[in-house]
Amino acid sequence: MKAFTYQRARTPAEAAAAALQHPGSRFIAGGTNLLDLMKLEIETPPHLVDVNGLGLDRIEPLPDGGLRVGALVRNTDLAADMRVRRDYAVLSRALLAGASPQLRNKATTAGNLLQRTRCPYFYDTNMACNKRKPGSGCSAIGGYTRQLAIVGHSDACIATHPSDMAVAMQLLDVGIETVNPNGATRTIPIADFYRLPGSTPHIENTLAPGELITAVTLPKPLGGKHFYRKVRDRSSYAFALVSVAAVVQPDGSGRVALGGVAHRPWRVPAAEGAMPKGAQAVTDGLLAGTRVTSDNAYKVPLVQRTLASVLADARQA
Amino acid sequence: MIDSSDINHTRRNVLIGGALSATATVLPAMAQGPSPDGGHAAPATTPPPVTTKVALRVNGQRYEMDLDTRTTVLDMLREHMRLTGTKKGCDQGQCGACTVIVDGRRINSCLSLAVMHEGADITTIEGLGAPGKLHPMQAAFVKHDGYQCGYCTPGQICSSVAALDELKRGIPSHVSADLTAQPLLSPTELRERMSGNICRCGAYSNIIDAITEVAGVKGAA
Repeated sequence: MKAFTYQRARTPAEAAAAALQHPGSRFIAGGTNLLDLMKLEIETPPHLVDVNGLGLDRIEPLPDGGLRVGALVRNTDLAADMRVRRDYAVLSRALLAGASPQLRNKATTAGNLLQRTRCPYFYDTNMACNKRKPGSGCSAIGGYTRQLAIVGHSDACIATHPSDMAVAMQLLDVGIETVNPNGATRTIPIADFYRLPGSTPHIENTLAPGELITAVTLPKPLGGKHFYRKVRDRSSYAFALVSVAAVVQPDGSGRVALGGVAHRPWRVPAAEGAMPKGAQAVTDGLLAGTRVTSDNAYKVPLVQRTLASVLADARQA
Repeated sequence: MIDSSDINHTRRNVLIGGALSATATVLPAMAQGPSPDGGHAAPATTPPPVTTKVALRVNGQRYEMDLDTRTTVLDMLREHMRLTGTKKGCDQGQCGACTVIVDGRRINSCLSLAVMHEGADITTIEGLGAPGKLHPMQAAFVKHDGYQCGYCTPGQICSSVAALDELKRGIPSHVSADLTAQPLLSPTELRERMSGNICRCGAYSNIIDAITEVAGVKGAA
């Protein structure tokens, strides 16, 4: 690990200003992803701003019936909050499907949103990776792509987003509250938060330099039945090959988002109109324009079948 | 308040002997800064480590240390406090061998910086029990043969103690059928809740037997 200087921030605005003041610095909260990457020298920040003391660790009700989740709420606590278990079960389920209890005890809401890809070529510093080293190329394309993207990818990057939590948040249309180094705040709809790789896969979201996530707002509950079905190589403690988050209403309408298929949690609202027609129609809309490799072509029928199983469960009792 | 130089008093050092006393305190090897002009001997100068003070408690004992900012909780425990019961397996959060309990919660000590734990209260396997005075979970692992090589065992035991506490507090898991109900104490629940601890020897079924017995004794079901 490269040496770095370290400071504990006292307020969100101070943290954001400190990050801007130290080019290349990183915020650290749980650290479960960042430290792993620092050990491998994939991330080499010269300065860390510890945001754990900012008090952003509460879940508060909002006037519109939603919830505001502080950026530092640990994944365990968000999954276990009774309001989330009751009204946003898809989010609880997604969180509990991710990582291990030890990691969920440390990992935070904002940190989970900002997880880096687990593409093996991003992790192998001997390989070309446009995300790790812009302009160096992509060894994954033409390489081993079994876990990688089938939709929305570019000639520069075929990586997937690893988060389960973010898939549920994409489904729920959450807002991402931030503070900038000048103290200005804004709320970014999650639909506008993540970027597709295009020619700049190292730029993964729309945060400005130094901008700090302070909370995530959940809109008022959707009702309906909630599902998060994750398909992986072992039954626990593994990243998704494909995951399906869904909220299904009694009349068969609803929402669907996918994990494990793209550079960002994947949602196509136009495809959701086909939900009463069944899984094939929805999948056709979700994965229109898909480009697969011989390694990852299996994900297309896997999405369709996983969604079919969710919709079948939704029709029962 | 106990200075880091006092860690000679820990139990393990009695066994390890005085050879390690010099490493007990954190003494950053202060390099002399950049090479003088024209010096071609060293191709690259290692800059001096950046250190930060941290005060915390481990197994009830207070420590105040000046640590390289890069030091993980795991390396602090093993290399600076000589609490070598906590094991380094993968060092990247994939195996759980380094599991310790921080402020009542189990974490991977390899993926957390020591300097981020100002004021923390850490319990390691050494703090759970001692020879002749085993924690019930340690005794159950012995009774049920919950290990072969033993390398993952301290992490398994710290993890299982915390897992039962999480069950008691009603925290649901991936396999809980009803999210809003109190989770059941079942082998399926325990397996899922222990999935962050890998055992290469494959002692899983005996580990589940050990945890089940302790949970039963406590009436956690």
